[in-house]
Amino acid sequence: MGALFLRDIRLGLRAGGGALVGILFFLAVIAVVPFGVGPDLKLLARIGAAMLWIGALLATLLGLDRLFQADRDDGSLDLLIMAQGRHLLALTVLVKCLAHWTVSVLPLVVASPLLGLFMNMEPAAIGATTLTLLVGTPAITLIGAVGAAVAVSLPRGGLLVSVIILPLTIPVLIFGVSASYGAVEDPAPFLAPFLILAAITLFFAVLGPLAAAAALKSSAD
Amino acid sequence: MRLIAENLGGERGGERLFSGLDFTVSPGEALLVTGPNGAGKSTLLRIIAGLLLQADGTLRLEGAPDAYEGLVAASHYLGHLNAMKPVLSINENLRFWQEFNGTGQHSIEEALEFVSLGDIGHLPFGYLSTGQKRRASIARLLISDRPVWLLDEPTAGLDKASELQFARLMQSHLNEGGIIIAATHLPLGLDGARELSLGAVV
Repeated sequence: MGALFLRDIRLGLRAGGGALVGILFFLAVIAVVPFGVGPDLKLLARIGAAMLWIGALLATLLGLDRLFQADRDDGSLDLLIMAQGRHLLALTVLVKCLAHWTVSVLPLVVASPLLGLFMNMEPAAIGATTLTLLVGTPAITLIGAVGAAVAVSLPRGGLLVSVIILPLTIPVLIFGVSASYGAVEDPAPFLAPFLILAAITLFFAVLGPLAAAAALKSSAD
Repeated sequence: MRLIAENLGGERGGERLFSGLDFTVSPGEALLVTGPNGAGKSTLLRIIAGLLLQADGTLRLEGAPDAYEGLVAASHYLGHLNAMKPVLSINENLRFWQEFNGTGQHSIEEALEFVSLGDIGHLPFGYLSTGQKRRASIARLLISDRPVWLLDEPTAGLDKASELQFARLMQSHLNEGGIIIAATHLPLGLDGARELSLGAVV
């Protein structure tokens, strides 16, 4: 399993792995928001957490469709499915998700404090948003794995994957943003939405790989 | 150890390709699956590999070694695709499959020597020619131990010398009590291989 994790990290970092595409997209989205919204610094600070979350959500969706398709295109997926006796397929999926998250999504989390400055956010708000992104984005990847597995046999399933899983990621967005606001706006709570966000991630860490593994098994042809 | 298929039927996209297949393969035996294009050779191999469900009939591996649970776990599958990543080197690709599938009796260096790729293991897989890719993929069969080899057009793209070399590798696998089921149009150079002809109607 460690070998699979390392291989996927290597593939993501090498030429054509697409790890940088997500972070460039994230940067582009956040960089154009101040131009569209206008120079109202108070307004920017108020919508900052939400914009960071929406940007990170869309950037995470961007590379998800290749999660299993690259392995299918070169025949590796057949062998990963055949190895079920040695490695539980759901666990294989989970490891692939973790590797994908580490290469493509963790850089977004790391970059979010810098992009928070673009949005004129307070340090506490930046810290809270980064923390909620760190806890919440794995859930998006894990939900996305189900969509990627369902659409694995479609040659251009990229947009389809995003459309399938976007509704399912709405709770992650809602609790992520409300926890970020809770950290700076006084009456709103931080801990309750943050814990629910953590619970969503843990829930999909179990359900996502199981559902994706079932979809992959039945997709073989 | 015996691989037994009883009354096996396969279909593809609702179209029945073959039915009522009965065969038994014992250790040291090779079964060549032949037939015209579209007769269901690849489908049969994918059914044996557990990647497709059979339409009817049963398939089992009797008396498999304890290390393997069932037919799929005891099988190596070499399909049309090589299951290697173009951006990783041959060594990296093979090391991954060895760690993922379990260490066999041959090291990666030995396996690459067997397929005459010993001196270019550091090259990215994407740089190789078709035949070299196929040989690297054959090396994957050697680095993890599986008693059953399922080979789909294994010699596609190989030159004469590599074909002979591969025939020797298959023969030594059979001599060690392995089973080979290969879909092919060309003779593989195996002594005493039985033939299963699919789709006799042209």
